[in-house]
Amino acid sequence: MGAGRLYAAVATGGFRRYATYRAATAAGVFTNTAFGLILVYTYLALWEEKPHLGGYDQAQAVTFVWLGQALYATLAIQGGGFEVEFMERIRTGEVAIDLYRPVDLQGWWLANDLGRALFQLLGRGVVPFAFGALVFETALPDDVGTWSAFLVSVALAMVVSFGIRYLVALTGFWLIDGTGALQALMVTGIFCSGMTLPLNAFPGTLGEIVRALPWAAQVQVPADVLMGTAAPLPSFLFQGAWAVVLLAAGRLLQTAAARRVVVQGG
Amino acid sequence: MGEYRPLTEGLRAYRLIAGMWVRSTLTYRASFAMTAFGGLVVTGLDFVTIVLMFSRVDVLGGYSLPEVAFLYGLSATSFGLADLAIGSADRLGRRVRDGTLDILLVRPAPVLAQVAADRFALRRIGRVAQGSLVLGYALIASDIAWTPVKALMVPGMLVCGGAIFSAVFVAGAAFQFVAQDASEVQHAFTYGGQTLLQYPPTVFGKELVRGVTFMFPLAFVNWVPAAYVLGRPYPLGGLPRWAAFAPPLVAVGCCAAAALAWRAGLRSYRSTGS
Repeated sequence: MGAGRLYAAVATGGFRRYATYRAATAAGVFTNTAFGLILVYTYLALWEEKPHLGGYDQAQAVTFVWLGQALYATLAIQGGGFEVEFMERIRTGEVAIDLYRPVDLQGWWLANDLGRALFQLLGRGVVPFAFGALVFETALPDDVGTWSAFLVSVALAMVVSFGIRYLVALTGFWLIDGTGALQALMVTGIFCSGMTLPLNAFPGTLGEIVRALPWAAQVQVPADVLMGTAAPLPSFLFQGAWAVVLLAAGRLLQTAAARRVVVQGG
Repeated sequence: MGEYRPLTEGLRAYRLIAGMWVRSTLTYRASFAMTAFGGLVVTGLDFVTIVLMFSRVDVLGGYSLPEVAFLYGLSATSFGLADLAIGSADRLGRRVRDGTLDILLVRPAPVLAQVAADRFALRRIGRVAQGSLVLGYALIASDIAWTPVKALMVPGMLVCGGAIFSAVFVAGAAFQFVAQDASEVQHAFTYGGQTLLQYPPTVFGKELVRGVTFMFPLAFVNWVPAAYVLGRPYPLGGLPRWAAFAPPLVAVGCCAAAALAWRAGLRSYRSTGS
């Protein structure tokens, strides 16, 4: 079996696993739509008071809200992707078996998580986004090129999101109990991705810092590519650079972690 | 042994189970301190966002920062109280799915008390602390024309708000008997409701405000009574003035409705089996 086919099979498995829970998916769609509604009204009030905040008009701010809700599960912004299972395997020591497999550990989880993300995009993302676009005035492009660029940007965001969560999960080798690390992931994910407020509406130096961090690659950059407020190529470059850095860091940390694994028993 | 009194029995069982979990939590003090602090930071970010918004504007929906902080503090603290007391109930769906609810059914204590106290998480006190801090700031920073009635209304709102949110949690748990996997729906009402109430009612569409005032009366947690305390008109014209004092009634009504839903849910429960 070729490596490509293997990873495709793992990704398909990830996709199908999440596709099994239809009621949970419908519930997630409902919840994302409800949160989107609440956020939209607060943003509308904010932009009413301060038009062109962060360079967006009201329609763009609304688009940003619904995009955030659509990508929330896809990019596992609060966590909840492969890392929960992976950390459990590290805690119980089952990871020793994974390390023994003739498959790359990072590649395996990446494929698995991309399969999950693709399902969440289709199953949980499309409906809230369509609801928002139908009910509110949004700023969506009407040319295929921009939409394709947006999809590329979302794909890169998936890899960046994986890269961040892989690093967090690997801390399990040292910390054993992952509660604190997952909590940190949640905090940074919500705040630095722009889920609560678009990053370009952040004031001063704080804004400059959050816009340079990898979390910016998650919601902010795809949103700007979709709405044409950022050129696609530099955006891809920004996301791609963070993806490479994070994956490489994950690889390094994994090597260090694997040396720590002690298999009990004889 | 006297007659069986479900409420006394339930509270006793709740106290015993919750006490056990508290002792077990406090065995790992450092971990407890860190997760409680972490919870405080996580929930605090909502408020940081509001502060960031106010770094760009002076008013939001006509409300100033201290006034929004007043709404936020009331909403977050009463939600925190409910979450601390009964938040564990949102794991009921898992118990229904894997059949471990049966264990609770055979124990000689009310099921609701067991479900609510199950894995009682003292760390959720972080949310209460964070909400209280913001409320404290709001009380200092806002220029409310205090009267004895208004002063009494603040603790009253926290108690009634806590009861209303608890009712939402119980209703959500009852819903999970039917929904099982769809437990996330209740987050739209619990966490979503809490987020909604952190912002002024003037921000939202009339239909939404009408919905949470008359149909799903979350507005009585803070919007309606707080409008009275802040001396602002409530954005719905048809609401009588005495509505500001209605939260206790609404809380009792919500708890009764939640109790009925819980009974119906529990009666419909059929264990998993082979």
